[in-house]
Amino acid sequence: MTVKRQGTDELLGLNKFVVDEENAHIVIEKDICAKCQNKACLVVCPASVYKLNEDGEIIFDYAGCLECGTCRIMCQDKGIRQWKYPDGTLGVSFRCG
Amino acid sequence: MGDEEKFDAIIVGAGPAGAACAYILAREGKSVLVIERGDTAGSKNVTGGRLYTYALELVESGLHKEAVLERKVVREQIMMLGEKTGVTIDYFDADLARTEMPQSYTVLRAPFDEWFAGKAEEKGAMIATGILVNDLIIKDDKVVGVKAGEDEMYADVVIAADGLNSFMAQKAGLKKDWTSHEVGVGVKEIINLPANIIQERFNVGADEGAARAILGQTNGVQGGGFLYTNKDSISLGIVLSPAALAQQKKKIADIYQDFKMHPAIYQMIGDGTTSEYSAHLVPENGWNSVPKQLYRDGFLIVGDAAGFCVNTGTMIRGIDLAIVSGVAAAQAVLGAKSRQEVGPSYVRELHELQLIPTMKLFAGWPEITSISRMTKQYPEMMNEMMKFMFTVDGKLPEKMPSAMKKIMEKHISLGQLIADGWKGFRAI
Repeated sequence: MTVKRQGTDELLGLNKFVVDEENAHIVIEKDICAKCQNKACLVVCPASVYKLNEDGEIIFDYAGCLECGTCRIMCQDKGIRQWKYPDGTLGVSFRCG
Repeated sequence: MGDEEKFDAIIVGAGPAGAACAYILAREGKSVLVIERGDTAGSKNVTGGRLYTYALELVESGLHKEAVLERKVVREQIMMLGEKTGVTIDYFDADLARTEMPQSYTVLRAPFDEWFAGKAEEKGAMIATGILVNDLIIKDDKVVGVKAGEDEMYADVVIAADGLNSFMAQKAGLKKDWTSHEVGVGVKEIINLPANIIQERFNVGADEGAARAILGQTNGVQGGGFLYTNKDSISLGIVLSPAALAQQKKKIADIYQDFKMHPAIYQMIGDGTTSEYSAHLVPENGWNSVPKQLYRDGFLIVGDAAGFCVNTGTMIRGIDLAIVSGVAAAQAVLGAKSRQEVGPSYVRELHELQLIPTMKLFAGWPEITSISRMTKQYPEMMNEMMKFMFTVDGKLPEKMPSAMKKIMEKHISLGQLIADGWKGFRAI
């Protein structure tokens, strides 16, 4: 298969993830996010894990997170209540990096 | 707590800074514990990237010969992209190919970091992978150890080699979290291609490779692209300003896909297969974002955690500076006669190993790499000028000077050109 334009979900499918099903390493406060004008997370996240649903609310799935930290740094209203690394061995494992 | 439970040094993070430090400390007989959150060393790490070889030689002479590296860089390239066109400057240096010690190699971090941590382990360091350090243990204003879950581990010195996000440096009170203007967000695909095809496309020998910095076609967002040839893959990515992305409401994931599919880029990666998609933050603000205080009692910051990175557009240095700072930290620990001496001695070593002078020398460069017109107007102007110079259609061409002037004025005003030139001059 030759290299082609791919969506983020498809690309993330190439990576090795061990998802922590019990604990989210990033926790957002939806009330704060609802009022946020900027919503930088929607555009800066390389994994596109922040999306808007039909009602214009932020929906978020930490499972595909690449652990870069950009959303935390760009989050103006502190809707990201918690941003920590996943526990040891969990999260993404790069085979090349 | 008995004496046997206390280490001479605990290093948080088994990247190049941590591994270099652990290697030297263990070699010199110190008890060293390296704690790494990834399943293996390197599994959380991403580079563009390349490694400048001299740094490994500071750790141990000849070490680069056994290092897990990709291709020695013999072609240094700068590419400027227009909408459908590309201009590439290709600097070939035969000495880079033939020398005893090549200046730099392309590198993949998962295999490299695992190798490097393994070398430190061979020297006697204990590498504990799959463990996340949650906190520092601070007693009487001294850092005396770390907490990982329920476990507490103690040491004379804790060295934060935990990367750009460095929560350890933040917990130690030495660093505030990064702001949007101090970092770049990078995304990269690894695109697998047979070695012989890479060699043909880039005109390099079997163990040789190219490194390319790319300007333009990032949808007007401040930043740029990169391409490195590995043994049997290509690292292709972009690093953009998250502040500019947010301001312009443009998605980095989309910009990257457009960039990848640009005809002048696609030529190099066509028939390849993407095997990994990664992302990472990059310190982009140089010396001005390095913490004023790089230590406190019982605690040092090294590598990306300290923001050690230099980017002039043509040379992007991070891994080498990480290794140098790891060496400096190790030498400070080994040489200090008392606990209080370690921190000041670390800073002295950073000076002697030329890390701080180098970072200070390039302190103004982020001003240049952030000139907004570098990402669009200048590369497009360059491409259009080239198009004019190479176009033959049988009609009477316009006179060269007036044609060039027209192209220039289309993209940039004389005032802007002078302003950018002055900004560049002042920054350097």
